[in-house]
Amino acid sequence: MSDVTLDLARMMVARRARWTTIEIIFWVAAAASYFLFPTKLVLLTQILIGGLFAMSLDLLLGYGGIPSFGHAAFFGLGAYAAGLLAAHGWGEPVSGVFAGGAAAGSLGFAFSAVIARVRGAAVLMVTLCIGLLLFEAASRMPWLTGGDTGLQGIEMWPLLGLFEFDLFGRTGFWYAYATAFLLYLAARRYVHSPEGLALKGMRENHDRVPMLGVSTVRRKMIAFTISATIAGMAGALLAQTTQIVALETLSFERSVAALVMLIVGGIGTLIGGFLGAATFIWLRDVLSALHPVYWMFWLGLALIALVLMARGGLVGALSRLTARLARVRTMR
Amino acid sequence: MIAKIVIAAAAMLAATACANAEDRPLKIGWLMSYTGPGAAAGAASDTAIEVFFKKFGRTIAGRKTEIIKRDTTGPAPDVARRLAQELIVGEKVDFLAGMDFTPNTMAVAPLSTSAKVPLLIVNSATSGILAKHPYAVRFGFTTTEMAQQLAGYASKQGFKSVYTFVQEFEPGLDAEAMFLREYKAAGGTIAGSVRAPLKATDFSAYIQRIKDANPDAVFVFMTASELPPIFLRQFKEAGLDPAKIIGIGDITDEASLPSAGDAALGVVTAFHYTQTHDSAANKEFIDAFKSLAPERPVSFVPVVSYDVLRAIYQVVEAQKGELTPDRTMELLKQIKFESPRGPIAIDPATRDIVQTIWFRKVEKRDGQIVNVEFASTPDVKDPGSAR
Repeated sequence: MSDVTLDLARMMVARRARWTTIEIIFWVAAAASYFLFPTKLVLLTQILIGGLFAMSLDLLLGYGGIPSFGHAAFFGLGAYAAGLLAAHGWGEPVSGVFAGGAAAGSLGFAFSAVIARVRGAAVLMVTLCIGLLLFEAASRMPWLTGGDTGLQGIEMWPLLGLFEFDLFGRTGFWYAYATAFLLYLAARRYVHSPEGLALKGMRENHDRVPMLGVSTVRRKMIAFTISATIAGMAGALLAQTTQIVALETLSFERSVAALVMLIVGGIGTLIGGFLGAATFIWLRDVLSALHPVYWMFWLGLALIALVLMARGGLVGALSRLTARLARVRTMR
Repeated sequence: MIAKIVIAAAAMLAATACANAEDRPLKIGWLMSYTGPGAAAGAASDTAIEVFFKKFGRTIAGRKTEIIKRDTTGPAPDVARRLAQELIVGEKVDFLAGMDFTPNTMAVAPLSTSAKVPLLIVNSATSGILAKHPYAVRFGFTTTEMAQQLAGYASKQGFKSVYTFVQEFEPGLDAEAMFLREYKAAGGTIAGSVRAPLKATDFSAYIQRIKDANPDAVFVFMTASELPPIFLRQFKEAGLDPAKIIGIGDITDEASLPSAGDAALGVVTAFHYTQTHDSAANKEFIDAFKSLAPERPVSFVPVVSYDVLRAIYQVVEAQKGELTPDRTMELLKQIKFESPRGPIAIDPATRDIVQTIWFRKVEKRDGQIVNVEFASTPDVKDPGSAR
């Protein structure tokens, strides 16, 4: 390859890695929401955690084109790992998140060997089964997981030895914000690295990637392990901030909810997961408070409308909007 | 002149009192499952709230009552905890009430303790919830007290062997342990025990095991939902006699009894509320309930919801609207009145309910399948967990 094309390629990669307006606005708005909605901190924390979980799925689905119907397995495993640690006397939060990530990452690595070797509907089957297996295992081991009662008795030590987890959820919010932001930066770095480019290559043309001398199996295994680790860390955050772990963290519904968040927000954008989580969780909260009985109907209706009207999710709609604005400005 | 001043002063006082009522509503955070399993109970508790307002009014001690309802979506402790946190921090509620599934209550109770918000539990039947949480009171029942009564009944009936079947979650394990302990202590033999997961919807395999063991009676606890009728029908289809079942009243809950139909005839249960309970208080409640929701069956959840609100009004009245958590708890411990289910009181030592437990048999009356009381034990207290 000549130097000119190499330079061109480098420039393109660098341009793609540039921060977009939507990303900056989201992270600033998320920080500002702490001051705007001081009574809703728990909900905001859960939005950040939900967004992080959706983002972990985005790495697989949006960048690698690998669908997963059982991603909650990793989320839940991380939650139980961190929860069990804290319930049995080690309540240090930061190491707990790493423990959750390590547990989920190991399981992800083990299964990635299978998943990297199958394609299409088979991937859906395998991931769905991992989810169901873990859910059943947790529900059949109440002595360990608390079963349907949930894992109780989680007691967290102060964050960094300084900040108590308070009733208002202040510490919980900044803790989740900082963790989610750092992991977001890491995920960004990953998708814009050669490793991430290879992943995208597989999404676009799976059979051509090996011809370039890149092992698809290895790329997929790495992607799956990273995604599972981040999902586990998100689960650990949820366990630590709510101080309870329910079986629901492993459920099929949670896997599907993450998928819905991703589609609403925009697949293959990283920030889409967070926007989707914000929309989905906020809508769910508002609607269920407005009408405790029939809220699911309105939620369904709103989601259908969103998906139909905003192609490419919220990120797609927003970037079309900013592009149009920019065009209007240059025409003037 | 003086008269004018007095009138003016009185008018101003009245105005400020009104303003107070507007400014400082009595806020009750109401946590129930309005969707998912248990949705029927949530809806029924709503009707009970309306019945209550109709009889006792919407203001108490100069404060307007505001019930803030939130949907816990079934057994989902993390959701319940978040909602309770928002009710405490955001809405600044004076009381937390409602609660159906034990996991939800166990998640909410620590918040009630740390924020000192009294928690009035409608229906979480696990024995050990209250001990660690000094601001929690239970108005429902515990599965242990029912199991203890039924163990006594089983040995009095002369059953030689009993098989136990429970759903595998806290209240079920509590019920099983208590029944085993009491029944063995009375000299009975346990033919076998089996537990089904909470989400199991097919019971034929369990029933086959029961059939193979051929016991004199089967002790059953399943939480009130659409599942007990399935169990009862499958029990009868397997060729077993429903009259062999002795269970906690959840399984013949009035809300699901019609769908069990003839398969429930002869089942004996112990419970705190029976729709056919013969008393003036119950008749009044049922009439008021039916006038608001004629097609909705009256079951234990609306009755206990009604009692909870009545207790709240009593303690607010006694404090003239100026509430302190500790005084509220003191007063709650002295609660005693005639409920539609029978006389109830709160045990000051444990903050648990003291009530009459009724033995009922499912019968056909005027073409309708109903529970009919035939015996009772007065003033039953929670015996504590046997585990």
